[in-house]
Amino acid sequence: MQGTSIPRLAPGMKLREDKARGQWVVLGPERMFVPDEIALEVLRLVDGARSVEAMVDDLAARFAAPREEILADVVALLDDLAAKGVVRA
Amino acid sequence: MTAPAAPLALLAELTHRCPLRCPYCSNPTALTRPGEELDTATWARVFREAAELGCLQVHLSGGEPTARRDIADLVRAAGGAGLYTNLITSGVLTGEAKLAALAEAGLDHVQLSVQDAEPGSADRIGGYRGGHARKLEFARHVQDAGLPLTLNAVVHRQNLDRLPAMIDLALALGAARMEVAHVQYYGWALANRDALLPTRAQLEAATATVEAARRDLKGRLVIDYVVPDYYAKRPKPCMGGWGRQFLAVSPAGRVLPCHAAESLPGFAFPNVRETSLRAAWEESEAFNRFRGTGWMPELCRGCERAEQDWGGCRCQAFALTGDAANTDPACALSPHHAVLSLAVGAAAEAGEGFTYREPQRDVHRVPG
Repeated sequence: MQGTSIPRLAPGMKLREDKARGQWVVLGPERMFVPDEIALEVLRLVDGARSVEAMVDDLAARFAAPREEILADVVALLDDLAAKGVVRA
Repeated sequence: MTAPAAPLALLAELTHRCPLRCPYCSNPTALTRPGEELDTATWARVFREAAELGCLQVHLSGGEPTARRDIADLVRAAGGAGLYTNLITSGVLTGEAKLAALAEAGLDHVQLSVQDAEPGSADRIGGYRGGHARKLEFARHVQDAGLPLTLNAVVHRQNLDRLPAMIDLALALGAARMEVAHVQYYGWALANRDALLPTRAQLEAATATVEAARRDLKGRLVIDYVVPDYYAKRPKPCMGGWGRQFLAVSPAGRVLPCHAAESLPGFAFPNVRETSLRAAWEESEAFNRFRGTGWMPELCRGCERAEQDWGGCRCQAFALTGDAANTDPACALSPHHAVLSLAVGAAAEAGEGFTYREPQRDVHRVPG
């Protein structure tokens, strides 16, 4: 992933609220991931239209951290989710 | 007593009707007649109750689920309830138009079974001429519709040597995921065990094939693979433990801890026609009987793996020892473990003929 990449959920992957357990989950075929708080904030911004840069702008406006730091974290997180087959660039 | 943790997934066995006659079918040997099947509205209620209970996914299965004329309505009802919908299908009854209707109804994922990579052998195993070609056509429609696909290859002695070709087939059909599923020997498969059990050499070759493919195809194809019980030292954690993560509803509405449990004697399984899914899950004697570790025989209760494999499979314990409350004989510590190696020996001497799955054919056979 790079700043200009436009990530989207991989085919078959869905972000859903799991009310019974008070959490959000990513559902796929015979698979389920429970994202931590930071991953959830990032996944909520993954819509197949927004670039990584635009996602970082949104996060920088809401969280008190240097923009460059947020960018590095978001790229690392999306790379990890891509390796698990949850998102695609 | 606190309520048990909520289930994660529902297996909805919509019908036992199926045009294929696979000799390892996981349905009970006494098949449910079409007239006994739940109607659309009842299934819709079951899906809502499953979602309220905490289920996140529903596997729409059978028999062949698309044999139901209301399959698109059922997909829509399940998705509307908030469940992730997975269609487990043979693919032979679904043309382009029906698939488009399923996609339009919000289907999330398709799991297609294949019997072999070689068409003649595949059609012989499925007992349905021309079936393999129809499956390939179906897979192309799935790809065109943009639906994610898992290829499910059920493997045994008569097709295991072509596992590399089945993996190539998964790639050619655009599957992102593949299940290499060794036959589980209950019901129909138990009746055909002598014709299906692989040899140890075949099993070792298959395991090496899967390991190499996982390495070579990382990022392109995820392969799920489970070693068959008959060559295992410890049992599989069947269903993740009885009544812990999973429930099934049979075509006639019986609520089951696993789809094979219907053939266990001495159970009064709750029925969705008479009770809610929550009451069945939380309160029924059938779900509570083998829940947790309290029911376990001495051998399992003192074992450090008691809460890892949960005593293995109740159906296998019954099928091979006559008592569902025994340790699964797949465990090398079970006093009955030798029956598995005896079966391997018997299969090595046996022929390749099948007893095909037929609606009127009930094969009550418990190998000694």
